[in-house]
Amino acid sequence: MEDLSRFPLRLEGPDAPMVRFDHVTKRYGDLVVLEDFCLDVAEGEMVTVIGPSGSGKTTVLRILMLERIQEGVIYVDGAPISHMEKKGRLVPASERYLRRAREPIGMCFQHFNLFPHMTAIQNCMEGPVQVLGLSRQDARERAEELLEMVGMIEKKDEHPSRLSGGQQQRVAIARALAMRPKVMLFDEVTSALDPEVIGEVTEVIRKLVHEHRLTMLMVTHQMGFAADISDRVCFFYGGRIEEQGTPEELFGNPQKERTQQFLSAVKSAG
Amino acid sequence: MSYTEFLAEHGPRLLDGTLVTAAQFFLATALAIAVALVMGLMKLSDNWLLKGVSVVYIEIFRGTSLLVQLYWIFFVLPLFGVTLEKFTAGFVAVGMNLGAYGAELVRGGILAVPKGQWEAAYSLSMSPARRMWRIILPQALLNMLPAWGNLLIELLKGTALVALISVADLMFEARQVNSATYLSAQTFGTALIIYYVFSRFLITPFMRWLELVMRRKMGRA
Ligand SMILES: Nc1ncnc2c1ncn2[C@@H]1O[C@H](COP(=O)(O)OP(=O)(O)O)[C@@H](O)[C@H]1O
Ligand SMILES: [Mg+2]
Repeated sequence: MEDLSRFPLRLEGPDAPMVRFDHVTKRYGDLVVLEDFCLDVAEGEMVTVIGPSGSGKTTVLRILMLERIQEGVIYVDGAPISHMEKKGRLVPASERYLRRAREPIGMCFQHFNLFPHMTAIQNCMEGPVQVLGLSRQDARERAEELLEMVGMIEKKDEHPSRLSGGQQQRVAIARALAMRPKVMLFDEVTSALDPEVIGEVTEVIRKLVHEHRLTMLMVTHQMGFAADISDRVCFFYGGRIEEQGTPEELFGNPQKERTQQFLSAVKSAG
Repeated sequence: MSYTEFLAEHGPRLLDGTLVTAAQFFLATALAIAVALVMGLMKLSDNWLLKGVSVVYIEIFRGTSLLVQLYWIFFVLPLFGVTLEKFTAGFVAVGMNLGAYGAELVRGGILAVPKGQWEAAYSLSMSPARRMWRIILPQALLNMLPAWGNLLIELLKGTALVALISVADLMFEARQVNSATYLSAQTFGTALIIYYVFSRFLITPFMRWLELVMRRKMGRA
């Protein structure tokens, strides 16, 4: 049994990060994907994760939203989400606690994962009505506001099958925002899109960065976009953060050889 | 005796039988859907007890003959103090039997819903029950509708067995008419046509229509 006594029950004080991965290990069977992984994301910070395929970028997002970890503790907004407090000690979180603790997190996926049997606006109302208990009227107003923001209000009554990839992804972003999350996760949200519609999705994310004080963790292959909007860029290699810094530092003057190799490989690939 | 005369004389009996068959069909279908849903979900459960019960249920009802099950329910259960009227025993046996096949369809339909749908629902913090009911089942339903069309035709054919415990369905009436008239070709020919029309001109088109409606709801038609 892991000794959890060295982990605080809560993160408090003005310096407490919005998200903290505290010595986290994530395994799939025998495969260790993350080991002793630590990362803090401050409130309102936009952190971008880049790195080669299989380096564990997606896994970092998935352990926040979808999967359990084997060691360490993850905190969101001060509270542990991987664990819960019981008689003054941390114990592994129950399913119910985990679901509640993850409520402040929203996630967008590479393949959008909109609900195909619901229209765009129904997709955006589902969570607020079913989970937050909003009235249909309030949920509708909130959804319309967000669909307006992502430029999809005209298509609000269309089903996902009638929307382009870029349009679906914008609805998916609105759907996640309708839950009023404090933390947003984006996992390669433009990777499944045709080149000509990538811009409409990155525009929406750009808007979020500039107009809202959301904490964001984004995995992307678009170096230019990452350089533009990130407060910090983390280069992943083999399940570890090989190097991190401001976009100027990491893209302009990478220190590690692997970072340099990766960036030049990406650049020559176009 | 011409076929018209045959129909004029025995048609009403066969019609009565057809109505009983229709009643058996609808009641057994309702039961089969309920059983399929419950057993299909239980088989997907993480709880080994629930899962175990459903596995045993499905094995028994798919692994033995419907006729034997019918006899069990009608003749053997009374020995344990559970007495069902023959009409009830009839559709209960058919519904429970086809429900076991339906359970596998439900399970397969649910498993065919992409993992991303579960993850999206989870990431909206939906409870397991809401996730299943609001997100997964509607999509699973569309996945399994074509197979349910076949299953319901099997179910209709299965109802013919209830004649063997003297439920006065179409098959029962046909046998009565036959033993009274010895007009086997006319009698069973008529029964054959009625069963065929029931499945091909009622069940199949209805299921097609249902699928179309569902597809339209998904914006796919
Ligand atoms: N569900 C899973 N089961 C087993 N191995 C997995 C699973 N998900 C990811 N992995 C493995 O974990 C490693 C990191 O994967 P991932 O985080 O998806 O990488 P990235 O997003 O950087 O491409 C890879 O080696 C991958 O094969
Ligand atoms: Mg990935």
